[in-house]
Amino acid sequence: MIKQEKASKLFRNVLRRLLFLLCLGIGGALLSATFVRCAPGFGVQERELDPRWSAQSVEALRQEQMLHEGLASFYLHYLVALAHGDLGESDSLKRPIRELLRQRLPVTGNSVVRGLGVAWLAAALLASLGLGSRGWLCEALGTAFSSLLLSLPSAVVAMLAIHVRAPVFCPISVVVFPRLHRYIRSLLVRSYDQPHVLAARARGLGARPIFWRHVLPSAAPSLLALFGVSFAIAFGAAIPIEALCDSPGMGQLAWQAALSRDVPLIVNVTLIVCLVMLAANSFADLAGRAFAENNE
Amino acid sequence: MNPLQKVAAIILCMILVLIVLATILVPTPYARQFRDVPNAGPSIAHPLGTDALGRDFLSRLLYGTRVSLLLAPAAALLSTVIAASLGSAAGFLGGWFESIVLAATDLSLALPWLFLLLTVRAMLPLDVPPMASVIIAFLIMGLLGWQASVRVICATARGVRDSDFLLLARSSGCKPARLLLRHVAPNLRPLFYAQFWISIPLFILTEANLSILGLGVMEPMPSWGNLLRGFEDFPALAAAPWRLVPLILLVTVVMCFQLVLPSQEVTQ
Repeated sequence: MIKQEKASKLFRNVLRRLLFLLCLGIGGALLSATFVRCAPGFGVQERELDPRWSAQSVEALRQEQMLHEGLASFYLHYLVALAHGDLGESDSLKRPIRELLRQRLPVTGNSVVRGLGVAWLAAALLASLGLGSRGWLCEALGTAFSSLLLSLPSAVVAMLAIHVRAPVFCPISVVVFPRLHRYIRSLLVRSYDQPHVLAARARGLGARPIFWRHVLPSAAPSLLALFGVSFAIAFGAAIPIEALCDSPGMGQLAWQAALSRDVPLIVNVTLIVCLVMLAANSFADLAGRAFAENNE
Repeated sequence: MNPLQKVAAIILCMILVLIVLATILVPTPYARQFRDVPNAGPSIAHPLGTDALGRDFLSRLLYGTRVSLLLAPAAALLSTVIAASLGSAAGFLGGWFESIVLAATDLSLALPWLFLLLTVRAMLPLDVPPMASVIIAFLIMGLLGWQASVRVICATARGVRDSDFLLLARSSGCKPARLLLRHVAPNLRPLFYAQFWISIPLFILTEANLSILGLGVMEPMPSWGNLLRGFEDFPALAAAPWRLVPLILLVTVVMCFQLVLPSQEVTQ
């Protein structure tokens, strides 16, 4: 009975999240459409400036661009096209945005996932080791190291990676690691100082059983939430890193779009990244809740 | 303040004095070109040498430090003012206003910040005078960097909303605007200061990233980001290690800001 209640609660949470994502997607799409419409040079073609074109031809071109459409009709067309997967065409690259995303998203996804994997492993390992010893030297060294990495702009990390010919995921993990280390350490220390852990230690339970059975389960929901957030950090770091390391991913695409003021492209890239981030955050949040409920 | 924090504060003060006295210490304008000595090494005339265009590197470093260290606190102030207004009002008023503010905050927090900055920067003209580029960088960082602070301020304001002294003030007929300005805001002041200090290193790093990508402060105006663009040429850097000074200065300043920051209990 209790299991059924838990399952139905989880199902309701999933539905609520999906509805939220759908509303946000529609809201984001409308906002994107507004940006595209307000972008400088919207609907204007270079051909219009050619004096060889007659007034009637220019008018026909504008009709083709749907400039005479009302605002509501413009939004409707945009949403319908979006529902069919048509994100429009890039002004600078003259290629469908959908095609560009299909090419670039896996590249960034691959770098981000690998970078996150390395960063999580290193941060968790260092935080757990620090938790075991908790001496001032270990703590000071760990803090100094992560502070040093935190003080480096990600673009500089990318340039260093180019110099040592490191793959793109390495600078991503270097940028994400100090942020993760700081939070993971703080979460583990907070769990480690809880009264039930203290009681377990007083009863002579070993360090490993304490960590796996008591410290980790109580920190797990927050760690799962952090997992969602770390995706946003890694994607953010991917822009300067991919731009400077010349990796053909979403970050480089966004940078090129910003430099060429290709508003339709950058707006759609941002919309897609936003939805990916929200989906990752929702997944992490739901997993955290499910874990916490199971532990209750 | 512990000894380490004191040392960090002293270093920051020394750097501040240095940038205030930049005009006296280095009378050479940052954009002046000495065409006969491009890429020169350190000398008495140019203590940190010159860049590829023959501009005095020390002069560019000091003026760049001035630009970066004025831009980041200005942007931090703007973002803190926005966060303080939105967060306190949302926490104090509650209801639908709080829900809307928190939903907007969650949405923008889910988005990688640099993507948001690039999107907004792409809407604005790129070919602008250097001073305009500084103002644009300051405005977009200040106007888009308030989200994380809003959540913290809103949560604390929510706690103040149910306090006894506010109940007493409300029962004495105090109007909501006065309650917010005279009773809620002063109680949140330490949090505002903390959020302001936290934002400064973040904005310093963001400016550096944006300028390295060519979307921040424009040449010939120097900034730390602009000076770090030379890092792409590592063989040249190995031959002229004094070019590392901007990076060392940036890392030192950001680390000092991190050290003098209020403890996490105050900021979270």
